[in-house]
Amino acid sequence: MAKNKRDGTFYINPYLGGVLLGLVLFGTYYITGRGLGASGAVKSSVVSAVHTIAPVHAEGNKYYSKFLSDDASPMSNWLVFEVIGVIVGGFLSGTLYGRLKFIVEHSPKITGRTRLIAALAGGILFGVGSQFARGCTSGAALSGMAVLSASGIITMMAIFGSAYLFSWIFKKLWI
Amino acid sequence: MVGPLIPMGVIPETWNNVIALLLGVGFGFSLEASGFSSSRKIMGTFFGYDFVVLRVFFTAAITAMTGIFYFDYMGWMDASMLYINPYYVMSAIIGGIIMGFGFALGGFCPGTSFTGVAIGKIDAMFFSGGLFIGVFIFSELYPLFQGLYNSHNLGGAKIYELLGMRDTVFAFLLIVVAVGMFYGAAFVEKKVTKVEY
Repeated sequence: MAKNKRDGTFYINPYLGGVLLGLVLFGTYYITGRGLGASGAVKSSVVSAVHTIAPVHAEGNKYYSKFLSDDASPMSNWLVFEVIGVIVGGFLSGTLYGRLKFIVEHSPKITGRTRLIAALAGGILFGVGSQFARGCTSGAALSGMAVLSASGIITMMAIFGSAYLFSWIFKKLWI
Repeated sequence: MVGPLIPMGVIPETWNNVIALLLGVGFGFSLEASGFSSSRKIMGTFFGYDFVVLRVFFTAAITAMTGIFYFDYMGWMDASMLYINPYYVMSAIIGGIIMGFGFALGGFCPGTSFTGVAIGKIDAMFFSGGLFIGVFIFSELYPLFQGLYNSHNLGGAKIYELLGMRDTVFAFLLIVVAVGMFYGAAFVEKKVTKVEY
């Protein structure tokens, strides 16, 4: 590996990245019959946490109870292991290309504090939206597109279309 | 071996979690190596200074789609066994719009934020924390959303069926549109002022 590839500024060619990601997604379908995901792991963790802290409440709630079954803990969900893998894979790539660093990345026009508040708010909205859409950019949009599902393609257009509009409204946060 | 392997019983269920972990590593590596651990790189797609998201996302979707078509055609995989997310029209659109709003504020989506967390981005940690709060809020307020969440269910509908097209025709058009967007993106990137990040 050349030295300049390890200073944190090197990224692989996006088309190569896309093919790699596409092969992982294809492999996931070929092996498991389902696509990749991310927000599903968060849902499993929330269901599991609420069920541990307030079991009666979780069983009485119509949403949590959908994902509670007697024989399996919601944490033993496929997606939880997959997301642990995502963090490991991200860490490996970050190590290889020299990007491991504790920082708050933000536009010079805003403070780190503003960035963190916006990031938290964005995460909350994404969490809510992913439940309505039954998946996020990974599970609903990307995986859905690979099998040409209507929900995948419509969700993808809704996410990117609205993100495009809103990003110009919040332009100051970025550029 | 005819896929999908686990539903066909070729690979025992006990390997499920190990496979999940390994596929996750591939997923996380491709995202991080492409630059998705940086919110400002991701947001470049919307302002036209870096179209990495457009390129990676559509290349990945087309690659996986083509692989599935090919394996199904060759008889190496039964594509009719693949899981299709049910299409609840209103809930999918509203959820997508809320996610887009969150995307514009946070600069990540869930998967990309986890790769940001992995390399120490504190903003990604806040975004990921927000995801848990958001899912919790949705679940607690579910009785309010229940009607909308369950309305207009079209089941595992395929987009080409809704458009009255053959699957291969739609797939071909999708590839043409994607390649067109790749050229368009390169053109726009040249015109837009570079943003340092």
